[in-house]
Amino acid sequence: MFPLRLSHLCVATSLGLGIDPLLAALRTGASGLRPCTFQGATVLTHVGEVDALDGMHLPGSLAAFACRNNHLAELALRQDGFEAAVAAARLRYGADRIGLFLGTSTSGILSTEHAYRQRTPDATALPADFNYETTQNTYSLAAFLRARLGLCGPSLVVSCACASTAKAFGNAARMIAAGLCDAAIVGGADTLCLTTLYGFDSLNLTAPGPCRPSDGERDGISIGEAAGFVLLERASAPHDDVMLLGIGESNDAYHMSSPHPQGAGARRAIEQALASAGVAASEVGYVNMHATATLVGDSAEDHAVFDVFGDGVPCSSTKGHTGHTLGAAGVVEAIISALALRHQLAPGSPHTRTIDPAFRCRYLLESAALRLERVMSNSFGFGGSNCSLVFGLPR
Amino acid sequence: MMRVYVDGVGLLGPGLPGWPEARTVLSGNAPYQPRDVALPQVAQLPPAERRRTGAVVKLAIAAGLEALADAGRDAHDMATVFTSSGCDGDTIHAILTVLATEQREISPTRFHNSVHNAPSGYWALACAATAPSTSLCGFDGSFAVGLLDAATQAVVDQRPVTLISYDMPYPEPINRVRAITGVFAVALVLTPDRTPHSMAVLSLRLRQGDGGGTAMVEPGLERLRRGNPAARGLPLLVAIARCGDGGGGDVGIEGIDGAVLEISVAAP
Repeated sequence: MFPLRLSHLCVATSLGLGIDPLLAALRTGASGLRPCTFQGATVLTHVGEVDALDGMHLPGSLAAFACRNNHLAELALRQDGFEAAVAAARLRYGADRIGLFLGTSTSGILSTEHAYRQRTPDATALPADFNYETTQNTYSLAAFLRARLGLCGPSLVVSCACASTAKAFGNAARMIAAGLCDAAIVGGADTLCLTTLYGFDSLNLTAPGPCRPSDGERDGISIGEAAGFVLLERASAPHDDVMLLGIGESNDAYHMSSPHPQGAGARRAIEQALASAGVAASEVGYVNMHATATLVGDSAEDHAVFDVFGDGVPCSSTKGHTGHTLGAAGVVEAIISALALRHQLAPGSPHTRTIDPAFRCRYLLESAALRLERVMSNSFGFGGSNCSLVFGLPR
Repeated sequence: MMRVYVDGVGLLGPGLPGWPEARTVLSGNAPYQPRDVALPQVAQLPPAERRRTGAVVKLAIAAGLEALADAGRDAHDMATVFTSSGCDGDTIHAILTVLATEQREISPTRFHNSVHNAPSGYWALACAATAPSTSLCGFDGSFAVGLLDAATQAVVDQRPVTLISYDMPYPEPINRVRAITGVFAVALVLTPDRTPHSMAVLSLRLRQGDGGGTAMVEPGLERLRRGNPAARGLPLLVAIARCGDGGGGDVGIEGIDGAVLEISVAAP
């Protein structure tokens, strides 16, 4: 099943459009977080908002897919030569041999939020221009990419909350292994909406200031929006691309919105990912943590990572750069892991000032030049969903 | 061509209150008589969690538990693929209604119940299920998408996988723009190798094209099939039901954008 190479990447985050601003931020410690002024939301918090979404529109034949989530996917697709790479792959493999394995948590629900505010006075009908199938429905993102990229291979959308786009790598790897497709586009998008702003606020999980992962005084998450996609291909011929080496998936079976305090489920995902990759814990040079700056979540992950890696492996959460991009976090941090390998750079943790004294992992506050051959990325979500990915360079 | 065995079936729908009764109806040995669906409480959950579960969670878990019992399997180490077009429409509607008011104070329980993988989360709590679980969406093709993914996982990872597909109607006003008819869930325990519980063997092939899925002969069941994304799987259940008489057959399950999941069904 592995290795698979990440032959092309594209991304759009609050740090800017494309790989370059993301990589620059990883080097300098820049953050895309700022006070939330999103669409009249009254939640006192910071967000990672993508300014380029203002005034976006889609060309005529795709106009039905217009919604913030598909717009952000479109912005990402336009970056980093990704469209041209997909066009070349389509010629090479055939449109029906490229699978689409995407993830999102809230899809285009923002459009339905708007539609509910514009209901008829008796609240029985939504505005005539509201299109459920192409916006709110969780599959809308994949339908949009099929139409946008001219693909007709197997496609699906994973929606496992904040582990969605990490888990989609597993669907892609299995489908390629089974011969259902020869290559895959993996990734997804999640965008700001009132549902998540007020939802996380109702759980007392949003920080008033920018999030401070693993800080002793951390006080919650900063929600961000992002989209990212990876073209995943078999690694048959020699190459120098970053490779996906393994995946581990588990379920906490503990609580709907709170992780197992000792990170038991996370640890199983981490150990299964290492086993799947045939990589020893001692070979991993950096762990990109899920750590979103919640009290319980960061502590649970510190337990899990320490239990497997001890205190020798550098690790950090990059949520202070991008915010917690929810369903998109898996692919954004897969891309960050690939950049770490490409540029031999372990990212730091902007906004984190003092590491929680109870934590035992070797947590990086600032980015560091390191020799990296293998890195891990963790993504955990509501419903107890855990996923760890192992990436590496060819040896 | 991918081959998997069916070791257990669970089913809940109008006039189809479980696999034993449904098998009789679907194999043509009893008339189809639609009746309201009674959704059982999830007895395995602690009372506090039980009170928080919505209808769609009860629906999905009921079908999943029946399939596991049918297959003689334990849920604890069973990988699961949950698939649904809309999942919990009641919860989504309740949140959207509050967000359209000035207060916007949504309930934390409603918020965590609104995630597409809520049935998977409650399943894990009810069954201490720590194995990998995913939750998928393929709009009207959600059943075919889930079945292809579950079968792929069974074959590639060489482990049993349980597919649970479910959908139920949205409340108004979303119901007007996304009509889902009937309450329906189906669960299949798939294994990569034949076991003493195997009741059918499926050979699957995804064909891209312009539609042409198998229809149900009985008009009420055809309305259910066309109205509910999970019920798109009914023709497969007919073929599985007929395997007991040495039948089976070839069916096409509607997928995405005119794709058809072609399945040859035979006694194992």
